[in-house]
Amino acid sequence: MTPKIKIQTTAMDLWYDQFQALKAIDIAIPERAVTAFIGPSGCGKSSFLRCLNRMNDFIPAARVDGQVLLDGRNIYGAGEDVIALRRQVGMVFQRPNPFPASIWDNVAYGPRLHGITNRRTLEGIVEGSLRGAALWDEVKDKLRSPALSLSGGQQQRLCIARAIAVEPEVLLMDEPTSALDPMATARIEELVRILKEHFTVAIVTHNMQQAARISDETAFFLNGEIVETGPTQRLFTSPRDGRTEDYITGRFG
Amino acid sequence: MKDLNVRQTIDAELEDLRRSLLSLAGQAGQAVKNGLWALCNQDRILAREVIDGDDRLDRQTLEIDDKCLLFIARFQPMAQDLRTVSAISHMAVDLERIGDLGVNVAKFAVKLAGKPFVKPLVDLPRMGELFQEMLDGTMRAFINGDVDEAKGACALDDDIDDLERQVFREMLLMMMENPRIIEEGTALITVARTLERAADHVTNLAERVLYAITGEVASASSFRRPRGSRDDDGR
Amino acid sequence: MSIPSRRAKDRIVTALLYSLMAAVILLLAGVLAFIVKNGLSALSWDFLTQPPRDAMTRGGIYTPLIGSIQLIAVAMAFAFPVGVLTAVYLVEWARDGLFTRTLRLAVRSLAGVPSVVFGLFGLSFFVVVLGFGASLLSAGLTLGCLVLPVIVGASEAALSAVPRDYRDASYAMGATKWQTIRKVVLPAAFPSILTGAILAVGRVAGETAPIIFTGAAFFTPRVARSLLEPVMALPYHILVLATAGTAIDETRPIQYGTVLVLLVLVLGVTLVGVLFRAKLRMEKRR
Repeated sequence: MTPKIKIQTTAMDLWYDQFQALKAIDIAIPERAVTAFIGPSGCGKSSFLRCLNRMNDFIPAARVDGQVLLDGRNIYGAGEDVIALRRQVGMVFQRPNPFPASIWDNVAYGPRLHGITNRRTLEGIVEGSLRGAALWDEVKDKLRSPALSLSGGQQQRLCIARAIAVEPEVLLMDEPTSALDPMATARIEELVRILKEHFTVAIVTHNMQQAARISDETAFFLNGEIVETGPTQRLFTSPRDGRTEDYITGRFG
Repeated sequence: MKDLNVRQTIDAELEDLRRSLLSLAGQAGQAVKNGLWALCNQDRILAREVIDGDDRLDRQTLEIDDKCLLFIARFQPMAQDLRTVSAISHMAVDLERIGDLGVNVAKFAVKLAGKPFVKPLVDLPRMGELFQEMLDGTMRAFINGDVDEAKGACALDDDIDDLERQVFREMLLMMMENPRIIEEGTALITVARTLERAADHVTNLAERVLYAITGEVASASSFRRPRGSRDDDGR
Repeated sequence: MSIPSRRAKDRIVTALLYSLMAAVILLLAGVLAFIVKNGLSALSWDFLTQPPRDAMTRGGIYTPLIGSIQLIAVAMAFAFPVGVLTAVYLVEWARDGLFTRTLRLAVRSLAGVPSVVFGLFGLSFFVVVLGFGASLLSAGLTLGCLVLPVIVGASEAALSAVPRDYRDASYAMGATKWQTIRKVVLPAAFPSILTGAILAVGRVAGETAPIIFTGAAFFTPRVARSLLEPVMALPYHILVLATAGTAIDETRPIQYGTVLVLLVLVLGVTLVGVLFRAKLRMEKRR
């Protein structure tokens, strides 16, 4: 059975002024699976991730051509509501970035944005999200403590809890473990494996072993193009393109 | 300034692994060759040497396995590197089995030494040569990454199978005519079977080599005559 | 250079810096001690709660004290929101262009304008053009204009210092720009903005020139009850007592007492601000 495609890009280009950052990106991201983007620094993988929830909109000179279909709807089409889109496509960043507020307020931030004010409802969302991010047991007795008093790994899981609190369908993760120690990294990786039961996960990582461990599909980016995509298992054991082979065996990058 | 060669360490380690495997292949091949030579030339001393040499072979196999594990732990290899290490690890096991088969032949050499040959040995040495050619070709293919050579080596397995059946039929006829040679006859049949099995292990090696080179799972049988045209005994 | 001579040089510079610091501290301590010594005798409960009497030669400073507090309140009520929102505009909305740069330049230049010029501006604009007359409102707004650059500058720096990460996180959850600014950026920047506001209060409390023309009264019998009444203010009261009184020497203790109260008022407001900021920071960290 082929899984349903959640996001499909067709001939997608990304321009920053005169500079073309992404060229003719065609990729299908399957639903409820983990898709990893690998490639050397500056290859466009993070830029691509930010195209998927239109975070590149904040860069005035950025322009996207081609199509990015989310459930068949072009998110760059006329009349697309970016606010609603970002609620549907959440994001977790490279450095843990909880707000300087309490743990509870961090998780409740998103639901409140979208107009949920009922205390009981919020309590439920906060608990559910923290459980979903495997953080509940560690923080349930100190929900009023500042988020910044948590360890780096806990902060990143809090950010994941905060992201899933608005019930997105897709979770974009931009090198979510690059600032964490190995144990915290392992926890996040385990969490990603659980998350994919409910979310479509797209993750950018510099760590190839991480991509190999947690992803179902992998795409290799190089100089703004996708060189190769395929099932992770195949891509890391028998890449078809020589450039993929050279990159993952450390010949460059 | 010269670029820092990031592949230097990993390539050196891989080279070392390949060398160890080649050495093991050389000794496993030698075990079969010497065992057979001892049989054909009634050389008890050489046969003993082969039998005693088995321990060293086992040890080397374990060493290669250790090195492979260490390599994986240290470098977390991907793609071709990963396939190569995996191939080396598996090939070492096959080579160790080939060495064991050589020992089996040597044991028959000891057993039959001093007894007159029931017939001039022609087919067995021929099988030995073919086996050696297969093994050498496969190892050359591994070192040079030569797909065609590996496939060519596999193809020789058909000839070895033919020779084995020939020995079997011939001895069967002779034993039917002269039941007193049944002991020697069955021994020679067993030796032929042993050589055939050694060659089968070489086809395993060739499959690993092909996977290491191409990344595609290959079955040795696809480089040999189609099944229908081979009167396979179904094993 | 040899190591011993480098070491000697290091010692000399260190000694120089320490003595400079000591000089500054001594100077400040001297001024404070002088004021406290001369002013303390005048202080009493009545001094704080009674209006001046007998042509200001007796009585307390109740009216100017309350007047100063009222001025601070009006000035900050105007300058704080306007200043912060200007900074929000400059940091979050304004694209780098001629208009933005001109605006920034204008704000910076305002900070360098002598305070008496603000007084004249207040006189012509608030008192005359807008017809507020010489009043608490005119004087307060003038003081507000005076400290606007301080607040804008501090707020701009504070807002720019809020990590991009916070904004990204907020936007990525589907927040609008205003939601992001109101719920994430401003709270995060608030302690630093408060620092600017504290500095501003100090200036508002101490300035004389801007209020002379715009609303500070030589004498009022009672505390201003509406924004359009003139007020007395501590700094102007000191000026009046020291220069225009009928019995300048007799009123020396009252003058020093007033100075001391002004000093305590400014320090008190600053202290409250600093403590509040510390509390906010504590809550956000650990």
